[in-house]
Amino acid sequence: MNSTTEKLESSQLSSETISPGQRAWLRFKANKRGFYSLWIFSFVFVLSLFAELISNDKPLVVHYQNEYYFPVFSFYKETEFGGDFETEADYQDAYVRKLLTENGNWMFEPLNSFSYTTISYDSDLPNPAPPSDFNVLGTDDRGRDVLARLIYGFRLSILFAISLTIVGTAIGILAGMLQGYFGGRTDLLFQRFIEIWGSMPELYLLIIFASIFQPSVWLLIVLLSMFGWMGLSDYVRAEFLKGRNLDYVKSARALGLSNTGIMFKHLLPNSLTPVITFLPFRISGAILALTSLDYLGLGVPADTPSLGELLSQGKENISAWWLSLSTFGVLVGALMMLIFIGEALREALDTRRA
Amino acid sequence: MSNENLISVKNLSVDFKVSDDIIHAVKNVSFDIPLGKNVALVGESGSGKSVTALSLLNLHDMSHVNYPSGEIVYQQENLLLKSDSELRSIRGRDIAMIFQEPMTSMNPLFPVSKQMIEPLMLHQGMSKEDALKRSVELLDRVGIVEPSRYIHSFPHMMSGGQRQRVMIAMALACKPKLLIADEPTTALDVTIQKQILELLADLQTDFNMSVLMITHDLNLVKHYSDHVCVMNKGEIVEQGSIQGVFESPQHSYTQHLLNSQPTQQIQPQFKPTKTLLQGSDIRVYFPVTKGFFKRKIDEIKAVDQVDVMLSQGETLGIVGESGSGKTTLGMSLLRLQNATGEIIFDGQRLDNLKESALRPLRKSFQVVFQDPFSSLSPRMTVEQIVGEGLLVHFPKLSSTERLQKIKQVLYEVGLDESILWRYPHEFSGGQRQRIAIARVVILEPELILLDEPTSALDVSVQKQVLELLLELQHKHKLSYLFISHDLNVIRSISHRVMVMQQGKVVEEGETQQIFNNPQKPYTQELLNAAMI
Repeated sequence: MNSTTEKLESSQLSSETISPGQRAWLRFKANKRGFYSLWIFSFVFVLSLFAELISNDKPLVVHYQNEYYFPVFSFYKETEFGGDFETEADYQDAYVRKLLTENGNWMFEPLNSFSYTTISYDSDLPNPAPPSDFNVLGTDDRGRDVLARLIYGFRLSILFAISLTIVGTAIGILAGMLQGYFGGRTDLLFQRFIEIWGSMPELYLLIIFASIFQPSVWLLIVLLSMFGWMGLSDYVRAEFLKGRNLDYVKSARALGLSNTGIMFKHLLPNSLTPVITFLPFRISGAILALTSLDYLGLGVPADTPSLGELLSQGKENISAWWLSLSTFGVLVGALMMLIFIGEALREALDTRRA
Repeated sequence: MSNENLISVKNLSVDFKVSDDIIHAVKNVSFDIPLGKNVALVGESGSGKSVTALSLLNLHDMSHVNYPSGEIVYQQENLLLKSDSELRSIRGRDIAMIFQEPMTSMNPLFPVSKQMIEPLMLHQGMSKEDALKRSVELLDRVGIVEPSRYIHSFPHMMSGGQRQRVMIAMALACKPKLLIADEPTTALDVTIQKQILELLADLQTDFNMSVLMITHDLNLVKHYSDHVCVMNKGEIVEQGSIQGVFESPQHSYTQHLLNSQPTQQIQPQFKPTKTLLQGSDIRVYFPVTKGFFKRKIDEIKAVDQVDVMLSQGETLGIVGESGSGKTTLGMSLLRLQNATGEIIFDGQRLDNLKESALRPLRKSFQVVFQDPFSSLSPRMTVEQIVGEGLLVHFPKLSSTERLQKIKQVLYEVGLDESILWRYPHEFSGGQRQRIAIARVVILEPELILLDEPTSALDVSVQKQVLELLLELQHKHKLSYLFISHDLNVIRSISHRVMVMQQGKVVEEGETQQIFNNPQKPYTQELLNAAMI
């Protein structure tokens, strides 16, 4: 081939050969804010996954009469440690503590020796109590440790948000794909369905369902994802409508690809821009949704550690600044890092960037 | 000599700031535009010809552009030093411009009248009635039939040629001394192109106006310009009179450009061996419906009773202007478009097969599209794009075998295997078209439908792609259905030619016979307009 100019160009292009995945990672790293946010966030999130080992009212290891016990993982009666009751040992009780620390016995406690349900009965101060050596971030109005509730609440919020986002996004993408690709009657019917479905009052349904069923995290995920997919499906649909007439889709058809092949391999990757753009906002939106439902008292059951519940306590005890400020800090930090990560992710997945 | 020049450009350089980089788009360009003459700026895409022209009116986005050197002298004044408000009185009045794309250079929300009277009222202080009257005269002058009716129509109600005429009328409104025409006919069909260029030449003598024509089409320059400047990579490599430059080009780039004009490249004699594709009585009718119940009131006959025959190893050129149905016909033959009529491919009837039964057969007949920018999925790597067909039709290949085949076919189309993991946007138009060709050739098809495969490319790249296609045809005994509006390209590559107009075949025959001795008036008109 006498294509000197083109040959030249291609040899210039070949100066570096790294796989697409590596290039995406390089693009992600180029966004410093997102990169550090990812590290901090993953560190905190992974830590919170092991919340039971970090913040618990049971010791990690007990050495009693030359034997080792692991109260976090198993149930031990108080009588096993020389106590009086057949019930589970209360490791916060002064008498039990004495039994476990004297006569060469010892116990190794987690960093924060409260679980999210632990109530400090032997505090001198009225609840909510301000931060002290004992409760680093104070206690809430029922005498539970705020730090413990924050750790567990953070974990629940993030897990909730991630699953809600995954479910909602998957349904949204699928619905959008079907409408956009097949168009015509499918599209028409689907659009009308969305109009009807979308005009249902979500909040009332939540209240009604909360009174019919035992409120739980799972119920919330199901209810919220039933409504959360619609906004996204419109964007995906529009991208598909635009894309299905483009030449590369025609050439895929000419290559003999099936409908599903075209939808998933050609159109979907090119329609993900709105999905990825909205991803961080969806996650933070889901966190906020859970928080606000809890704040209103429509969310998870009362015992569950939740940021929203802490906030509403903070509102009722306005002078107990440690309640609202610490919760606010956790929320803002998490949401901000998620947004930064999302921004970097969007840049990383944009193959048109250098 | 100097007082005959309307405008002199001296040592003009233009720099673009792109984030932190500076791109020298135009480097030390000097040329003169004499009074009443047509000067052409010729070059391939990215050569800086449009940037140069826009500099004359300082129409750049000044936040990205600066002029490190040079001056543009117009009436003893340097236009580059003028303030924006001073320039505004020159724009439109003394120097007017028409653009390539008549579809987008008019505001779709306003009728023609409103867009035409604006400059008249602004620059010449006419009243609204006078301006309207003058507009009608101008439309009449540029050859719009029934100007008083068209003056009130909206841009979408007119054809491309009419719109370009209106654009010219608007540009002429204030009797400019210089008209800058940026690829004025690239978006138009050949017969319309000829009419527009003749109109321009006519108006030029009438108004004693200078024209600066920006184009990539050497053929056009040869016929309509007095003076030519050849640009390459931001520099004028050669300038001079048409005769001088075309007859004895001095610079190697000019020679290269002139040599890139497509020439006869195939053995004209072709002995048909085996019929590969036979289509008879192909029809594609689009119903025109009306009302709520979609009553059918009329039909648009996009393809009307067309018979096609193609032998193995043969190239059939299908030529016609836009809307002639050539692409629709091609797509119908490959069953990418619903049509009626019998299609036999390699002894097998295709027209009554179900889509699912057809899919495995698609391996043997493939398509290359016109626009290499939209025919490659922007989110897939070259490896994925080229290897995709293998996954569908040869699923048994192991990934190493597949990679081996991909590398081999990339080599065959003149690309390096180091590009495997790159995305389409990183390539030039010619390279992309090579990738698109690699994608179909890897399946070892027998027939390839080439839908204007070179229309989006520069001439020199176009020639390379045509050579590649011929080489592949020779090597793999491929048959081509070559759709194009460009008669030069068709002549250079086809064994037989089919001329289409409004869905019907006007004339069909051996390439040489059609080009040397066209029988039908439409073919003659087409050949005449193409200035071959």
